[in-house]
Amino acid sequence: MVASTSKYKYIVCDPELCIGCQLCEYICSYTKTGEFNSYRSRIRTVRVDEVLITAVSCRTCEDAPCVRACPRDALTQDAVTGIIHIDPQKCDGCAWCVEACDFGAISINHETKLAEICDQCEDVEGGPQCVLICPKDALQYTTPDQRSQRTRKKLIESSLEFPQKAKDPR
Amino acid sequence: MHGYSGKILHIDLDERKHWSEEKPEEWYKIYIGGVCMATRLCWENIKVGCDAYDPGNPICFANGIFSGTPVPVGGKYGLASKSPLTGVIGDSLSGSWFSVALKRAQWDGVVIHGASKDWIYLFIDDDRVEFLPADKLLGLGTYETEEKIREIFGDDQVRSATIGPAGENMVRYANVTNDGRQAGRTGHGSVWASKKLKAVAVRGTYGVTVHDPETLLGLSFDITESAQGPHTEKYRIYGTSTNMLNASKEGFLPTHNFQEGVFDFVELVSGEYLDEHHKVKVIACAQCPIACEQMSMVKKGPFAGSMTGIEYECLQAVSSNCGIGDMTAAIKMVDISDSSGMDTMSMGVSISYAMECFERGVLKKEDFKCNKYPEGFEPNFGNGEAGVTLAEMIRDKEGIGALLAEGTRIAAKKIDQERNSESWKWAMNIKGLECPGYDARSLKTFAMGLAVGTRGGCHNRSAAYDPDIKGQTNRFTVDDTRGVVAARSEEYAAVYDTLPMCKFIRRCFTGKADRAGAWPAIAKLINATTGWNFDYDDVDLIGVRAHTIKKAFNIREGWKSEDDDIPYRWKHDPMTKGPGAGHVVTDEELNYMKQLYYKAKGWTEEGLIPKKLLIDLGMDDVAEEIGV
Repeated sequence: MVASTSKYKYIVCDPELCIGCQLCEYICSYTKTGEFNSYRSRIRTVRVDEVLITAVSCRTCEDAPCVRACPRDALTQDAVTGIIHIDPQKCDGCAWCVEACDFGAISINHETKLAEICDQCEDVEGGPQCVLICPKDALQYTTPDQRSQRTRKKLIESSLEFPQKAKDPR
Repeated sequence: MHGYSGKILHIDLDERKHWSEEKPEEWYKIYIGGVCMATRLCWENIKVGCDAYDPGNPICFANGIFSGTPVPVGGKYGLASKSPLTGVIGDSLSGSWFSVALKRAQWDGVVIHGASKDWIYLFIDDDRVEFLPADKLLGLGTYETEEKIREIFGDDQVRSATIGPAGENMVRYANVTNDGRQAGRTGHGSVWASKKLKAVAVRGTYGVTVHDPETLLGLSFDITESAQGPHTEKYRIYGTSTNMLNASKEGFLPTHNFQEGVFDFVELVSGEYLDEHHKVKVIACAQCPIACEQMSMVKKGPFAGSMTGIEYECLQAVSSNCGIGDMTAAIKMVDISDSSGMDTMSMGVSISYAMECFERGVLKKEDFKCNKYPEGFEPNFGNGEAGVTLAEMIRDKEGIGALLAEGTRIAAKKIDQERNSESWKWAMNIKGLECPGYDARSLKTFAMGLAVGTRGGCHNRSAAYDPDIKGQTNRFTVDDTRGVVAARSEEYAAVYDTLPMCKFIRRCFTGKADRAGAWPAIAKLINATTGWNFDYDDVDLIGVRAHTIKKAFNIREGWKSEDDDIPYRWKHDPMTKGPGAGHVVTDEELNYMKQLYYKAKGWTEEGLIPKKLLIDLGMDDVAEEIGV
């Protein structure tokens, strides 16, 4: 069963806009480790057949399966933000959370052997750094509700032809 | 030292062993990376005078200074060996994740020596090197090979440089391919095949650190933002294929094997047509915020399902140049060459050469027998099915394809010997490398720029078409400014090829692409990465040194001034249509410009490099060997 996504905010990627440059991975790993290394990024780009490209990070499921799966109670979910916190003292890298995640959003750090997940840069000024660096605005920090609102708006804009006021008078 | 590990990986295929060589910081300040460092590694490790297919010809990778950092378009590497097409330096560039993986494995360069007895591939797993049998990979296309290797190691971050079936068959202009990008033109793929090397896979897990990350990120953010504006609009929307219409209008679009410069059906093979009818998706190389690769698909007709990235050089070579005004055939031909790993430009010009041979009666229908057409076929200009079939025959080295797979220089020589013909007069290559998509009869600065090019007929190494097209020089005449223009244009290009950075970013630093606009910004990027103290002059010297080491390599391999020449056709056969009609570049004009160029470089009249000049560039050992 695929876990439902939720009222919480998360980082979502539009595959039509994503070009697969991986700059999100660079900035994520730098923010978290001070080094540029895709293996340490908490957002990961995916490419299939050269042209199917997107990026995936934690989708802050309600009643998150990863939290339920952890046998050591190392994972907890913030009731307000939905962000998953991993207690490095309790985590032993068993990877049950990795198996429980329907989105492949959790990875095991190959040095510490502990689980890592996107925390939406909650302690970083400006919020999620990947969203800031994305050159094509393919990444959005949003909720499912906001996302569907925007999709509806985009659909109407592209399918109905009304005279439009010039947006940029220059 | 930041930006570099200080280590070059050497791999010996004969002994199946590897070792690490340490290089001092001063060496990196001179040779930097990309094509310059790759050529230097080739200079240090080649058996001088050997054939390109001799085990003594090494495969030399050199990574980029910015690979693995967020510096836009800095994810590239250089690759050098002696070229089997030209017999001189074959220096190529390719973008994307292979370079990033190599950076994270902490190797600044890789030199592969010797030759294997059985087909193998290499796995560079951080510090380890494995020699693995390639049985499961043989026959696979380039992208398929990469996917198979990822499957074998169960890691989607393993990146590979591979050769495809064209490489395995030793098509002389076969490419090395990684991440859908090609280290093309000079025939690396066939050099790899001569060593029975199918692929080099890399897993790099170390983090990349730089001297001043905050400054570097700030600079990178600004360039990334600028790259979303008008400076790169051409590349983002249509890609370089948008050049087709203008090239035809200006009369330098190669048409019917460079017989003309205007193509009647250009609108059917334009970038705009491609965008409207075939574009599926735009994709980027590693750490590139521009994204110029126009992935294009044939949706119906006999070539339906064919998909690949289309850009100007590939497109003109297989369309107008072969007289083919059918975009679906053009996409199919490029797809065949990309997935089998061969150079689309050389393939297109080899096909157009064969078409002209057929139209002039040198080759007959029965010379084109193949499994698909047992009685042969008639490859007239404009015959898309013939173009596609010839591409397949070259890939498989079937029938006449085996000859065309040798490139136009060797093919013409063999055909003319057998048939007492003069097809060399329309074999459109320079030093053995097929000409790019600019007919140089009416781009005279560029004609000389191509003639003196260290890797043959290449628009990437000489950018001298730019002043000709923009009207900064009179493209139809010659004058005494051309030596300086051509010399500085190739040194300008060599800066980007050495860092390496993609040239499409050149306007995004300050809005101006000239040296004053770009060099100070590039110096800042270098300094934030390495902690060095580079300035404008140091950046400018990068290009001079890069070009000098390539020239030095060629001199040591026996280059002579008479090798700096252009095809017979550009000197003797004027076009009949368009703005370029009636023009040729005479021997007198070419020799005059060559002398101006040698002078602008500070070389002798024979094109040799004075010792003092080499010593001033910090290349004392090179001065010792070839300086005069």
